[in-house]
Amino acid sequence: MAKKKTNKKVTKKTTKKKATRKVGSAVDKKRDDLTKKKIESLATSIVTRSLSQKEPTFEIPTRSISNMKYNKKKRILEMGPNTQTRSLFNLGQSRKFMQSLLLAKGCRDLIDAEKTLSLRGMYYMGLHTIPGTKEKTFNDQGESDGILEDLEVSLDGLREELHVFAKKRGTMVGNITVVDNGDEINCRQMGSGGYAIPSICEPNVMQFKKCEADFILHVEKDTVWSRFNEDRFWEKHNCILTEGSGQPPRGVRRMLHRMHKELKLPVYCLLDCDPWGHYIYSVIKQGSINLAFESERMAIPDAKFLGIRSKDYDRLDLSDDVKIELNDRDITRAKQIAAYPWFEGKREWQREIKTMLNNGFKMEVESLITKDISYVTEEYVPARLKEGDFLD
Amino acid sequence: MPKTKIKTPKKKKTRSNATAETMATGQRDISVSEFFAKNRHLLGFDNPRKAMLTAIKEAVDNSLDACEEGGILPDIYVRVLQISESRFKLTIRDNGPGIVKAQIENIFGKLLYGSKFHRLKMSRGQQGIGISAAGMYGLMTTGKPVVIISKTGKRKPSHEVVLKMDTSKNRPTVISDEEHPEDDTLFADGHGTQVSIELEGKYQKGRQSIDEYLEQTAIANPHATVTYVTPTNETIVFPRAIQELPEEPKEIKPHPKGIELGTLIQMLERTEQRQLGGFLTKDFCRVGATKAREITKGAGMTGQTWIKTVGHAEAENLYESIQKTRIIAPSTDCLVPIGSKALLAGLLKEVKAEFFAASTRPPSVYRGNPFQIEVAIGYGGGLSRDDSAKVLRFANRVPLLYSQSSCCSFKAVAETSWKNYGLTQPRNSIPSGPLVVMVHMVSVWVPFTSESKEAIADYDEIRKEMKLALQECGRKLGTYLRRRKRMARESERRSVFERYIGEISRCCNSLVGADTDKLYKALLKQAKRRTDEADAQLDDEGQLVDDNGRLGNDDDVIIVDEMRDIPEQEDSLFGNSDKKKSKKKTKKKVKKKTTKKRGKK
Repeated sequence: MAKKKTNKKVTKKTTKKKATRKVGSAVDKKRDDLTKKKIESLATSIVTRSLSQKEPTFEIPTRSISNMKYNKKKRILEMGPNTQTRSLFNLGQSRKFMQSLLLAKGCRDLIDAEKTLSLRGMYYMGLHTIPGTKEKTFNDQGESDGILEDLEVSLDGLREELHVFAKKRGTMVGNITVVDNGDEINCRQMGSGGYAIPSICEPNVMQFKKCEADFILHVEKDTVWSRFNEDRFWEKHNCILTEGSGQPPRGVRRMLHRMHKELKLPVYCLLDCDPWGHYIYSVIKQGSINLAFESERMAIPDAKFLGIRSKDYDRLDLSDDVKIELNDRDITRAKQIAAYPWFEGKREWQREIKTMLNNGFKMEVESLITKDISYVTEEYVPARLKEGDFLD
Repeated sequence: MPKTKIKTPKKKKTRSNATAETMATGQRDISVSEFFAKNRHLLGFDNPRKAMLTAIKEAVDNSLDACEEGGILPDIYVRVLQISESRFKLTIRDNGPGIVKAQIENIFGKLLYGSKFHRLKMSRGQQGIGISAAGMYGLMTTGKPVVIISKTGKRKPSHEVVLKMDTSKNRPTVISDEEHPEDDTLFADGHGTQVSIELEGKYQKGRQSIDEYLEQTAIANPHATVTYVTPTNETIVFPRAIQELPEEPKEIKPHPKGIELGTLIQMLERTEQRQLGGFLTKDFCRVGATKAREITKGAGMTGQTWIKTVGHAEAENLYESIQKTRIIAPSTDCLVPIGSKALLAGLLKEVKAEFFAASTRPPSVYRGNPFQIEVAIGYGGGLSRDDSAKVLRFANRVPLLYSQSSCCSFKAVAETSWKNYGLTQPRNSIPSGPLVVMVHMVSVWVPFTSESKEAIADYDEIRKEMKLALQECGRKLGTYLRRRKRMARESERRSVFERYIGEISRCCNSLVGADTDKLYKALLKQAKRRTDEADAQLDDEGQLVDDNGRLGNDDDVIIVDEMRDIPEQEDSLFGNSDKKKSKKKTKKKVKKKTTKKRGKK
């Protein structure tokens, strides 16, 4: 028996692998060749410049708020035209220059080997002690993560194209069946844990098979998500339930975007009533500053903000215990968010933030538990959906 | 200087109602010696530790003065022998010209006796109190007399005088006075003087110790060799750093602006001149016939006015007129500063620093007394990095160890803003960091705050000169520190580039097959060129910084490159670090041999 089982497993695995390669390689090959070429041309330019005694440099598009543009027509954040030069003979940039090349070489090796690595894996791949010194090429993963982001933008290639993925975060459950790396996954039968959304959700890895859901409800945290899942909310209301553990990672955002675009599902967000929640909504809707170059593939301009609303304290007659005082940082943050160009012209949002500031406190989604354990799933969200009471 | 003292009558149950007559019975002369015996703290004999230092200090000062006056390179021997817990025997020997027999008793047995009080000439001693006071202190605390052995020439025998001092009469009592040809071996040069004083004292190392005093003396007198035998029988030698004697300072006459009305009247009474014109031109410096005419005219008199006719009112007019008249500052050839070169030599041999700078100000005048300020600094190397800077104060080559905070030089150091020169400095305080500041004042008359000569009085003119000299040294230090910082930055830059270009060459080789070696060499060449460019940057004053920088051509600066990276030594200047100790010990061995030989002779 035991023998049989292992045999079975082995065969299964091999078929799986074959399947992925088949699915992936056709699309990948082209993209990989392109990425490889980009990396090599970067190296070539450095070599030619060095040999002709010119300073080796390369350009990186600036990833800061000053280089962000809000595209009013597309209603997403886009990256501006500014770039910064990274040069070898600049004391502040020298080390980063070296690290960029190390990681570029690492990505090229990954593409050649047709394998992918996590961010942490990349850190180890580039890590060694520089010969003749005690200095390590990277001090921690944070350093290599930042360099990878630089590489992404300067090579104009996505992380996935560089064969790198982030640690996965975020869960999903609902009326949908997906194919992930060749495996069919029925999201209706995910038990209490849910389906972990992978960090790469590109079409070559992830396909949608059967979807009966009417909308997507995205909640901020795992705890709230568990409440909804336990109450079988997605079944009763025929939806997909996702969660991003705070600021949603790229995988989750890409997943939401694709479901929204390809399956035409509206997205509703249930987030805390605090600047942090508002910012999460802003990222889902318009894109983030750091990854503005990917906004087009990630932002969901039609996403709606369902709650918690600052007026809920009065409307639902909540107890005083749920109040969490706004600190100074919250207040400045709220004012910053209110001044974002995509919130600036929206009177309802301005009113929402103003009410929160006037209240002087913030509220978490969990605060509704003070009314009843399942108040949020049975009363709050259904009522909002029914009334169509949400912010845009 | 007889002084009167009113004795309060003995207390009875009722008031005594003394009459002038009864009081007169208690009124009598007191001698200077008696006065100082009771007020010995005025002379620096407050406590046993300080007393011992003062005694040595007075003797060494006298020895150095005598040697220089005799044109002899000083060779001073100091021995502190511990007899019992609190009793010490001090022996100080020099190779000076010696003292004629007849004068020994006066010099060592009488307070306020000496050659230095009545003249305006730069010397260490001033009043003629010091050494006799030391002897008196010894006598009072131990009852032992002072023993002086002196030899004035090769052919002359050395004679030994044993002296006691009669404090009530300020007169020496000679106990014995013998010729001692067998003591000739004491003086290798054939002349010299040795003083031995037994006194109650306390020996302690560290700040304000005999060791510190002798070390600083060696700094300020690089032309002297000082041999020191400690109570623990260790021999420390402070070797001679320069072979030339300082020039002999000239004696000067008082400057008209440097005297007060009382002094003027006294001088008028004592002058040998008969007419005012002669008096002004002969008894003062910087007054010629024209100036004399101007002064006398201003006072409503002429140069032909007979001195006899000048009364109090006239003297006052004369004094006023002198203040109004512009008179050239006193000639300054009476001042002999150590000189930047010798200062640096002195500092260099005793202070383990990497950077030295010195500055000698031109002479200046306070209250008609010419003076001159010299400053030298040592920075970095083995000096302690955490403490505040050390200020070494000197007056006429004598180290001042006590009353630091009330001294003019200390205040000048604290007032200078060292932040401009790249040092940290707490508010209203001396800077901190590995810094030694040496401030030296030379003058025909150093204004001490007290008879024990511990601190220089705070005259604006003096403090200003000190600050100017300090600033000059500070600027040099600032230039050096900036340059050092830049050099560190450049070498850091270069090493960073060199570290990374290897990695880059390998990456490029792997990515596009570029020749690793060729690429590495090309990048290295570029890295060197780029850091060289930065080496040749303009400094803050717009001058091109070449290899040595502006400091390279400066005679007043010494940079000891090998000291730059030496580890910090624990209190290297005063605490005797390990390194120094070992150095001294090796010297000690050599010295011992020579002393033994001498003994056998």
